[in-house]
Amino acid sequence: MTTTRLDERSKDLRRVIVRTLQKARRGHVGAAFSLIEIFRVLYDDVLRFNPQDPKWKGRDRCILSKGHGCLALYALLADKGYFPPAELDKFCAADGILGGHPDAGKVPGVEASTGALGHGLPIGVGIALSQRIAKRDSRVFVVLGDGECNEGSVWEAAMCAGKHGLSSLTAIVDYNKHQSYASTKEVQDLEPFADKWRSFGFAVREVDGHDVAALRATFTALPFAADKPSAIIAHTVKGKGAHFAENNMKWHHKNKVTDQEVEALLAAIGEA
Amino acid sequence: MRENCLKTVYELAKTDERIVFVGSDLGVGVLAEFKRDMPDRFFMEGVAEQNLVGVAAGLAMEGHVVYLNTIATFLSRRCYEQVAVDLCLHNVNVRLIANGGGVVYAPLGPTHLATEDIAIMRALPNMAVVAPADAKEMIRFMHASVDHAGPIYIRVAKGHDPIVTTQTGPFVIGKAVPMRTGGEVLLVTTGVGLQVCLAAADQLAAGGVKAAVLHFPTIKPFDTEALHAHAEGAAAIVAVEEHTIIGGLGGACAEYLAETDLLASRKFKRVGIPDVFPSVYGDQNGMMRKYGISAEAVAATATTLLSARPKPVRIAA
Repeated sequence: MTTTRLDERSKDLRRVIVRTLQKARRGHVGAAFSLIEIFRVLYDDVLRFNPQDPKWKGRDRCILSKGHGCLALYALLADKGYFPPAELDKFCAADGILGGHPDAGKVPGVEASTGALGHGLPIGVGIALSQRIAKRDSRVFVVLGDGECNEGSVWEAAMCAGKHGLSSLTAIVDYNKHQSYASTKEVQDLEPFADKWRSFGFAVREVDGHDVAALRATFTALPFAADKPSAIIAHTVKGKGAHFAENNMKWHHKNKVTDQEVEALLAAIGEA
Repeated sequence: MRENCLKTVYELAKTDERIVFVGSDLGVGVLAEFKRDMPDRFFMEGVAEQNLVGVAAGLAMEGHVVYLNTIATFLSRRCYEQVAVDLCLHNVNVRLIANGGGVVYAPLGPTHLATEDIAIMRALPNMAVVAPADAKEMIRFMHASVDHAGPIYIRVAKGHDPIVTTQTGPFVIGKAVPMRTGGEVLLVTTGVGLQVCLAAADQLAAGGVKAAVLHFPTIKPFDTEALHAHAEGAAAIVAVEEHTIIGGLGGACAEYLAETDLLASRKFKRVGIPDVFPSVYGDQNGMMRKYGISAEAVAATATTLLSARPKPVRIAA
């Protein structure tokens, strides 16, 4: 469990998420708060990208495999100028481009349409293989949920990435130890988690997923081995930043969010 | 047919650097020459088909034209979500080479019979569904497949099927092929059903009944224009396919004919596997015969339909 204090940028990004949520009155709050620092560091410090040319060939590819965490991704994409921030006001609206799961055909900067779990890593492996064929040095980052790692296709892809020694590929698991029904330990225990990835041929590091400096240092060390794909197990807290939502399954997916709940979230973020 | 299909992938890949081959755990030596000559574009990734489809999607997103080969049931049943989401939703250029469409694997039992693959693939937006009748048509199709935009499901028959097609020009995806025209009966078919229908037409001709044969090597996009034109001249229409009668070529015909009111003065029948998991073994031809997918049974079905055709409607004065 992490007890990391949030800095102002982390708080501001959470406020963007809450305002987005407020208009739609729904969203996966817990998942977004859990992985926001991972995205923040990726987009602020790690990824090569160009919002003016989202399909620029030299970009690094970043896939949010746990598509339900998209409120965090949207906050960063808007922040970086992929689309006007006003678009956030149309989250889940009929005339908007931002759905409850990210759609690559609609949202600039979204590499793959996800939401059905277990799809991101296989696609990431295919992209990494393509970079290798083309002798390009773009890197591929796939952000997975821990609950998502129940899916067999994740391990099929891990096996494949390990076989090919895809050092350009990094799997990042948002390991908040909760899934929709209950704790991962209760529903489908993933431990020994780091050993699982190692046994599939990954070089693995574990990090506090809310500690911005630690995340930066971890990403800077990529690839962890010259001939292996990398896995980052980011220990996080579901709902991090709003004490009453932390590890509270009622906030996994929330609909009919009230103005009072919005105010409570904003107040809690201020105190985080 | 399969051998020619894969051989064509190799030949196309030699001159087109976009082309990549992805296989599951295929037979010893499959496409050994591809692996030898273009190892960086050859992938054999094991009995992990869901991953295979995702990997193919990732490769295609980066501009490759991906030919993915494994058994039809695994592509259609096991990987349906990957096919729907990774391939169709992203509308990427992946060609699914599906071994053993229909009842090719009759000796191996229901786990290996792809008797509903056309129906489930046809339901997916952006997916093209193709079932060539013989090896020559397969080769013509493969050349047409390279620059098609979007995913394609390629239904591959057993192999060593008799050559029954006669076309030599370029294969046009989405176009039906009239093999015989004119007559009271229209036999509509796809894949190896063509050889059955041509033989059935011969049998009907021997009995004095002229039958047209309209072959649909592409089931989706469905050539409604050709169906309409040929149906108009017929009194009875029989759709023949090595597939469940639910949702395949016969289903596509029924939907169109009913919606365009072409059935008011015509009889129509679907011939194929009924709504069962075939429970016997034997071989492909035997299983097809068992379910009426044979020249004799198709001719008999057509004759029965003709004798039962609706009487002209009399409008009271």
